[in-house]
Amino acid sequence: MAILKIPTPLRPYTGGMSDINVDGENVGHALDSLLAQYPDIGKHLYNDDAQLRAFVNLFLGEDNIKDLQGLETPLSETDSLRIIPSIAGGAKG
Amino acid sequence: MTNLSHEEILRYSRHLLIPEVGMDGQQKLKDSSVLIIGTGGLGSPVALYLAAAGIGRIGLVDFDVVDESNLQRQIIHSLDRVGELKIESARARMLGLNPGIQVDVYNEPFTSGNAMRIATGYDLIIDGTDNFPTRYLSNDVAVFLGIPNIYGSIFRFDGQASVFYAKEGPCYRCLFPEPPPPGLVPSCAEGGVLGILPGTIGTIQATEAIKVLLGIGSPLIGKLLLYNALDMSFDFVKLKKNPACTVCGTNPTVTELIDYEEFCGVPGHDTGGSIESDWDITPEELVEEIKLSSPRLIDVREPHELAISVMPGVENLPLGQIASRMSEFDSAQEMVLICKSGQRSMRALELFLGAGFRKVKNLQGGMNAWAKDVDPSLPIY
Repeated sequence: MAILKIPTPLRPYTGGMSDINVDGENVGHALDSLLAQYPDIGKHLYNDDAQLRAFVNLFLGEDNIKDLQGLETPLSETDSLRIIPSIAGGAKG
Repeated sequence: MTNLSHEEILRYSRHLLIPEVGMDGQQKLKDSSVLIIGTGGLGSPVALYLAAAGIGRIGLVDFDVVDESNLQRQIIHSLDRVGELKIESARARMLGLNPGIQVDVYNEPFTSGNAMRIATGYDLIIDGTDNFPTRYLSNDVAVFLGIPNIYGSIFRFDGQASVFYAKEGPCYRCLFPEPPPPGLVPSCAEGGVLGILPGTIGTIQATEAIKVLLGIGSPLIGKLLLYNALDMSFDFVKLKKNPACTVCGTNPTVTELIDYEEFCGVPGHDTGGSIESDWDITPEELVEEIKLSSPRLIDVREPHELAISVMPGVENLPLGQIASRMSEFDSAQEMVLICKSGQRSMRALELFLGAGFRKVKNLQGGMNAWAKDVDPSLPIY
């Protein structure tokens, strides 16, 4: 299983977990596997049209999946995928 | 040619000993100018180190005043400055450290209306802001002026840093074309931040500024640093210029500054109050409501926050669990949603309204307003 690293701002939606084991032969399936385990995180990743939100960046190793094959990017068992969040800082949002 | 005085040569001697800096480099720093947006957590170490390093002209933009809750991390300010303008507090400290520099202060929010006037003439911008609209504004100003924007951002134990310089690499919008919808990303005001974290990230921003000004080393252009204080991990990912970027791409659609508050759907500058809505209930009204109808009191903060201050009789339902636990609630029953200052409970309210609930209210100003107006035995945080 590949590992998906969840950034701190999204951990309230994964029961506080930072590293989630995900199934799937590509990035899209790995996200499906994440959502099956933690449905509350869904609206943070996808918009109402089921498209990945523009501010959600997924990196496989050092590379943005947008520079690879997007959600079709193949995953191996030992891969580490991470979500890089958009964080602003201190202002009351 | 250098014109460093004997005093300056003594002051900067540890720089002059480094071959990568030397007399010429120190003169370059003296001839340089840096604009720091924000004099808070990130701006504090940036301003102190750049003042100490002898940057000739440093601009500070902020309109906030020093508050006691700032002192846990905003190390340029001190207790005797509480209530003063942050820019004045910072300027006094910087000139106390190094009277040989010039500090120009701008006591105004950084907006589309004044940003080009303020930033024109500076060699680079340091983004030490705390909100999305000003981050997009800083980025776009830097792209239009053709100067680097040194980015840093923090949340709890996590920090990010990069050098966005559209002439040589990607800009902030290449990575984040759009801001998150309002409320989707928690802020430090509600999520908290380790006080030292902006010290680490701000110091990295100051380091990158010096490197860029001197033209030495490999700046974080095309690279994003991801720091985690708990793991003490420094990870890097590659950032590529996005040819479709709306501001620095091949066919940009954003060619002048826009309305960034509208773009982000949130105010860029904290107005201090909470957003009012028809679903609000004030602390005084809640006292009456409790007597009359005993509404179900739902505190949507994280469990550890209830140890700071809590209202008797509340049930804890953290915001992140509402969607999956909606079935535990009866839409026929009166409910009041509570958090620290009224923002998270507003988002909780939206979730309940979206699920068809109508007998639900939001405690305006949250526990802090309750502590202020109803129960002064509780602390404000």
